[in-house]
Amino acid sequence: MPDGTTPDLVLDTSSTLCPVPVIRARQALDKLQPGQVMKLIATDPGSKSDIPSFARTAGYELLSSQQEGKQFVFLLRKGGR
Amino acid sequence: MVATLEPLVRENLELFARLHEQAHAGERKRVAIVASKGTLDMVYPPLILASSAAAMGMECGVFFTFYGLNVLNKKKNRSLQVAPLANPAAPVPVPNFLGAVPGMTFVATRMLKWMMGRQNIPSALELLKVCQDSGVKLIACTTTMGVMGVKESDLIEGVDMEGAASFLEFASKAHITLFV
Repeated sequence: MPDGTTPDLVLDTSSTLCPVPVIRARQALDKLQPGQVMKLIATDPGSKSDIPSFARTAGYELLSSQQEGKQFVFLLRKGGR
Repeated sequence: MVATLEPLVRENLELFARLHEQAHAGERKRVAIVASKGTLDMVYPPLILASSAAAMGMECGVFFTFYGLNVLNKKKNRSLQVAPLANPAAPVPVPNFLGAVPGMTFVATRMLKWMMGRQNIPSALELLKVCQDSGVKLIACTTTMGVMGVKESDLIEGVDMEGAASFLEFASKAHITLFV
């Protein structure tokens, strides 16, 4: 991983479009404990800006965001709240 | 005179903006949506926005009125269709004289469902289920129920039945209000 964090969960939303990546991300994060980290993979071009917006609004920490070819890979940490 | 006042005014506006932001920091955002359409293509936008809002931790309410009420109607929400008439923006535009031919509604509906399925878009009912499970307030317009003869038992579970005043009160405290 870019910053050496090992994700507690990997969620692959490849070949889905908005709103699926955001909905699935929320459903998966709800099952994690505070402090745990999820790696999210998406291919929806909108997710490049959608996932950071989702993280900012819903209160998750976006640890990293990078593009690997047609894939967008995000690391999200569930906060205390 | 105006030139000397300008920095003072700007300073106060900035202060006001800062105080406003502080006062509302951490406040849960509220979204109020009116869903007034019952054709398949037009029920997607409110359902997509509502399910996304809930996923983002926003409080969301959708007021289903007029043909939009079909979305909450168990007898109708499995058979929402696309109108092939007067829709020049359709992926395959149907000339109006053909759109009126019996069976064209079926064809247009099948085509949209196929295109959405190909991109793994959830069905409208699946999105509605996400809304229900994530706490979106689903409101059936009681006037529409009266006009269209829709009974409470026709509606899906967990729907609130309200009128314009209740929705307006909810919307008056919303940060985002949309009419679809």
